[in-house]
Amino acid sequence: MSAVLEVTNIKKSFGGIHAVDGVSFDVREGEILGLIGPNGCGKSTLFNCILGQLTPSGGEVKLDGQVVTGLRPSELNKLGVSRTFQLLQVFPKLSVRENLILAGQEHQGNMASRLVGRSDAGLTNAANRMIGFFKLDHLADEPAGGLSYGQQKLLDAAMAFMGGPRLVLLDEPAGGVNPSMLADLKERLVAINREKNATFVVIEHNMEFVMTLCSRVMVMAEGKVLAMGRPDEVRKNPAVIEAYLGH
Amino acid sequence: MSGFAKPLKIALGLAVIAALIVVPMNFNRYGLFILSQWAVMSIAAMGLNLTLGYAGQVSLAQGAFVGIGAYAAAIMTTHGWPLPAAILVAIMLSFAVGWVLGYPALRVQHHYLAFVTLAFSTLAFLVFRNESWLTGGIYGISNIPRPNIFGIATNKPLPFYYVCLGSLAIVSLAVWWLIRSPWGRAFMALRENPLRAQSLGIDTRRYTLMAFAIGSALGGVAGALYAPLTQYIDPVPFNLSLSLDLLMMVIVGGAGFYFGPFLGAMIAVLLPEWLRFTEGYYLMLYAVAVMLLLIWSPTGILGILDRYMAARRTKAASALRAVAKSRLETVQ
Repeated sequence: MSAVLEVTNIKKSFGGIHAVDGVSFDVREGEILGLIGPNGCGKSTLFNCILGQLTPSGGEVKLDGQVVTGLRPSELNKLGVSRTFQLLQVFPKLSVRENLILAGQEHQGNMASRLVGRSDAGLTNAANRMIGFFKLDHLADEPAGGLSYGQQKLLDAAMAFMGGPRLVLLDEPAGGVNPSMLADLKERLVAINREKNATFVVIEHNMEFVMTLCSRVMVMAEGKVLAMGRPDEVRKNPAVIEAYLGH
Repeated sequence: MSGFAKPLKIALGLAVIAALIVVPMNFNRYGLFILSQWAVMSIAAMGLNLTLGYAGQVSLAQGAFVGIGAYAAAIMTTHGWPLPAAILVAIMLSFAVGWVLGYPALRVQHHYLAFVTLAFSTLAFLVFRNESWLTGGIYGISNIPRPNIFGIATNKPLPFYYVCLGSLAIVSLAVWWLIRSPWGRAFMALRENPLRAQSLGIDTRRYTLMAFAIGSALGGVAGALYAPLTQYIDPVPFNLSLSLDLLMMVIVGGAGFYFGPFLGAMIAVLLPEWLRFTEGYYLMLYAVAVMLLLIWSPTGILGILDRYMAARRTKAASALRAVAKSRLETVQ
């Protein structure tokens, strides 16, 4: 399996704090890689460095062998890299369907065709399919702000898939989602992973979710990679147990 | 506004348009001047509503763009150019200057951006006043001609009012198209959550510059109509207070609502006339009215309507749920 994403020696410091301190790993085509670690270990900062939201202090990010370090988030998204955020990031005043159309519109045509062309950028059907896939049918025309937290979380994830991405970085998709909805979400992620051959990197604190969803798990602590391997290997790793349970 | 049935909305719209065409036929010179001014200010406010209301970029420079458009039109038409050509130049000039003014918005936001645009507004005013070789300085430019449209002279107030109204109609349609297009959605995303917008592939830099440029261009259009309307311009009407007036029109009408600028401009242009009987007190009354309105509804007049509609929808939805629930209970 070839690597979709290669991260080499990424560093990010804020003043004297090394939030990410020389992290290297690769993500293989079609896998679901879990990223776990105690709070403040640099997981989200690492995501932001990979996705261009932050400029890394050092290191390199390659997408399909091409260096993409320093590209803007919107440019990376056009190259097929999508993400969700730790905190909810839907557009509360737009309807569920409008949120999804917005999430896909920049992948259709160009600036000129988006001005003179159809107001839905030809995405109404695709948005409706996504709404059906995430079981949000009855809420399609509701403003996203009126949905429950769990439903907004589903919409948030659905938005990340509208552009047909090859690589999706999900930051705590399960946080605050109730168990039955969580099972739903997992089922959807696996389906997209298999059917669309989309690759995932998932930050998550819910161990059960990570261990059953991911094919490999990377553990971070204090800005460094502590361990990387199959879920059952990582779970038994003494260094990981120590980082989680303390001294 | 989505609470009204569609045919009712269309009928209401047609009635308003018909009234705007027919009723002023009996107006005197002054009434027509005021109504033309309303149309012109609506265009400028619509531009600011795009930049501020939809794209969320604060600007205290819209008055300066009205000035740029007005001077472009005054200079060109007094040198024999036809007004449509002058309007085109006014659009291109204010679009270009607006684009450049958008660059600070890529680095600073909110109050800081307001200060940058405020500085620009002052700069523009100084250019209008001091560059006498071009603008006539404090003496301004007089004898600005009104155009012949399709061979019809518009020197009289009524024909020129129709020129203003027609321009307002064209601009309204264009803006309607724009905000319904993916661009409009991207502008709103810029206002609501630029971070998320970026991660969805929205080029926030380009859309921010576009929001400034298009909004400013509409200011230019308004200016290019203002010059032949008054037939005399000097720097004073284009100082900071015009920018503040336009900002108030947008906020009072309802920022981010399509019909906000029409309403805001109506209040700013017509209310002082209606309050004229109060003589010296009208500005005070006006100020108090604006304060009360914004305390009651920070989202402006259309915000009140929006809240009412939302409440009605919620009520309707609750009623539906209650019916569904009672049915469920009957089945059990």
